[in-house]
Amino acid sequence: MTTEQEVIGRTREQMAERVAQDIPDGSYVNLGIGIPELIAHYVPEGREFIYHTENGLLGMGPSPEVGGGEPELINAGKRRVTAISGACYFHHADSFAMIRGGHIDLCVLGALQVAENGDLANWSTGGADAIPAVGGAMDLVAGVKTIYVITQHNTKDGQPKLVERCSFPLTGVNVVSRIYTDLAVIEVSEKGFQLVELSPGVSFEYVQERTGAKLLPIPSK
Amino acid sequence: MINKQISSPAEAVADIFDGATVMVGGFGEAGSPIELIHALIDQGATNLTLVNNNTGTGEVGLAALIKAGRVSKMICSFPRTANSTVFPKLYHSGKTKLELVPQGTLAERIRAGGAGIPAFYTATSFGTPLAEGKEVRTIDGRDYVLEYGLTADFTLIKGIVADTYGNVIYNKTARNFAPVMAMAGKVTIAQAATILHPGGLDPEIIITPGIFVNRVVHVENPEYESELVLSGATYPS
Repeated sequence: MTTEQEVIGRTREQMAERVAQDIPDGSYVNLGIGIPELIAHYVPEGREFIYHTENGLLGMGPSPEVGGGEPELINAGKRRVTAISGACYFHHADSFAMIRGGHIDLCVLGALQVAENGDLANWSTGGADAIPAVGGAMDLVAGVKTIYVITQHNTKDGQPKLVERCSFPLTGVNVVSRIYTDLAVIEVSEKGFQLVELSPGVSFEYVQERTGAKLLPIPSK
Repeated sequence: MINKQISSPAEAVADIFDGATVMVGGFGEAGSPIELIHALIDQGATNLTLVNNNTGTGEVGLAALIKAGRVSKMICSFPRTANSTVFPKLYHSGKTKLELVPQGTLAERIRAGGAGIPAFYTATSFGTPLAEGKEVRTIDGRDYVLEYGLTADFTLIKGIVADTYGNVIYNKTARNFAPVMAMAGKVTIAQAATILHPGGLDPEIIITPGIFVNRVVHVENPEYESELVLSGATYPS
């Protein structure tokens, strides 16, 4: 028998659930690929969000049953989805007019790194072998009113993702407003990373040790 | 008399020339005009500059055209997709160049090109490597990057229904880049599963007005990239 490693902080599902609590009723929301997609499972009772997918659908519904769906009803990750009653389709220039024109209320994205001034790096590690691929990430961060990041606090090999300055190529400058990790909820303030909430069972020191920049404690009331 | 219907994909793409810029509709397999692409592979034009959001999957459609060595340059936003192996090889060998464009900027460059707008400013990519060397202008306190409109010699798109005037409607998220690419192509070629006489489509629901489309071709049962890839198909087989 191997002993299970101690798990500290929120699971991916709990992180997604935590983000969902902060999304106002009636929001138009664009969810990035990966952990952000989980948020759709945790819409709080009494609230309604409308999901935008940049390949031309407003009113994206849940995934169809395995093996179901159709090849020309897909999301930005090219996975088959459904359309809710009241959904609409549109072309790419209109879709990005919704994004760039500030019509989408909130976008939740994954991250490779977030800097204390709100810079985001999430499209390339800058490696010489990597084929660069950006998709719609730069448009989303430049145009959507509010950008949240949902990410593990550290990389798989323990490196901090929250840093003073991003070392990876940027997706956007000063664009992130909040970060939801397994360990904490952190606001990007003018003074830097402002702790908003610690995950259950996690101490300030524990999070600070795993953060690559100064963390401002929750102000005492 | 206006009748834009052409009898076959082969005939529709016959005059695409070496060195042409070709826009191809589709986001992944949704909206990919696979029969027109296969006809272009058969036709043999080479040294093409291809504009599409992606680079295809497996060895059919877009990926097959790239694999056949006909594409010297790709203009796209996301060339790295699961099951996309053809482009990476050619990119690493230097045989196919890549111009990486953020997805919304790509759509707007195409729209602008088709709308007669030579360039525009966008906040997208400011401060990132994709803005390097580009003109920046501060407007009302925010920094914007100058991007140029994009046009093509030919555009290949897929509709679900067209009429012989060239009016086109699409299927769900297969619409994606097709309406703007139709505007930006000097010669726009649309395949559609159904082709009607003028008046067969309700004017209120037409998405692409016929003025943007030069040729329509009937492809009754279009293939889907994912199904071809799953069956192990390659083109040419």
